[in-house]
Parts: sequence; C-alpha cells; structure tokens
Amino acid sequence: MKELTIEAMPEKIPVITAFVDEQLEQLDCPARAQAQIDIAIDELFSNIVHYAYHPEIGWATVRVEVAEEPLSVVITFIDQGVPYDPLAKLDPDVTLSAEEREVGGLGIYIVKKSMDEITYEYKEGRNILRIRKELQR
Amino acid sequence: MNIEKKQNGTEITLLLAGRLDTTTAPQLEMTIQESLEGTERLILDFKDLEYLSSAGLRVLLSAHKAIMKQGGDMRIRHVNEVIHDVFEITGFMDVLHIES
Repeated sequence: MKELTIEAMPEKIPVITAFVDEQLEQLDCPARAQAQIDIAIDELFSNIVHYAYHPEIGWATVRVEVAEEPLSVVITFIDQGVPYDPLAKLDPDVTLSAEEREVGGLGIYIVKKSMDEITYEYKEGRNILRIRKELQR
Repeated sequence: MNIEKKQNGTEITLLLAGRLDTTTAPQLEMTIQESLEGTERLILDFKDLEYLSSAGLRVLLSAHKAIMKQGGDMRIRHVNEVIHDVFEITGFMDVLHIES
C-alpha cells in the first residue's frame, strides 16, 4: 500500500497521476487500463478540488492498493471537506444533440463506466471514494 | 500537452500531443479561440493524444458549437482506443464529427 497526501489544487493533478502511474507500471498494468485510471484521477480529484473545499484549499489523500482474485488495483481518495457523494447524481442523458448538451455530470459517468467498481462513503468527517480496476488483459 | 498549429487557407489543423485534462484543457480552449476567426474548417488531430477527460469534452463541445455558428465545421482525427471509449460512453460519437 502506498499513499500520498497533497493539497487539493488542480495543479497537483499531474503529481498524483505520476505517483499512481509509478505503482501501475510496477504492476504491469495494461496501457488502456492505465489511461482509464488516469482519466478517473482527473475526474475525481478535480471534483474534490471544486466541491469539497472550494474556495478554500484543503488536503486530500490518494491511496493505491492491490487486491487479488481478480487481480485489481484499488485507489482510494480521502478528503475532509463538505460531504459530497458524486454517485448520488443522476446519470446524464448521453443522447442529446450538441445544442442541448451540458458537460456537467459526464466526468463521474465516464469513471462509472470505465472502472469495475466505484463506492462512496462518508465516515468520521471524511469523504471516502474508492475505485477498483481489474488488471487482467 | 503540446499543441502544434498549421494553417492552410481557411483550414486550421491543431496537432495535440499528451493529455487533455483539467490542467491542460484551458490551453486548448485559448488556442481554439485564437483560431476561430475566418476559419471554415478546424481539424483536431489526436494522433499523439494519450487520453482526454470531461474537461477536454467541455472544450470540444464549445468549440464545435462556435465553429458551427459561424458556418464552419470541426473534425477530429486519429482517435485512439481509450479516447474512442470516452466518446462512445458519453454519446459524443454522435455529436462531434469524429473520423475513424
């Protein structure tokens, strides 16, 4: 298990991505799964930046763990901001035309569709969001 | 992310390399805004783009609307598997002109 605690600012996203990518490379994570995980980091961490603390700056922890059977990587995002459950939102209507479209809500939808599992809990004053991605090719 | 701009008359091609996400999307947004005037066709070449997140989709959607409004069009070329998945999941496949 490896973790990184960092200021919840948009500028820190590349630092977190590099930290997670380093773990994924050690696990021989397929390139496609790695890119999907990197996208998930961008979506989930930018949510923390915008909803949990905004306009103040707080701290967030990103933890990377490996689970067996099936071999998966589990990434947990923890912050102490206001309670915010991104899974509580309704899925966006992805059949609308360009004119009717809004991009809000698409980020979490992409994460839901590209990860094998996503869970949220609010516990002891912390938002805990966890994603799991299987590493089998 | 790196953006290389090529102009051929009223056609502008932007070659994107790297990652189009929360931190880099504003850079693309600015480049597109600077490229719109008098442009009839905007081509976004994704050959060297690794992935995009919803922050990138937001920029693509507003660029698409802006160019359509002035009677032009926007095309996206050389989309990799991961980016194709994102377009598919979000229904952008049917909204944008994505060349296979």
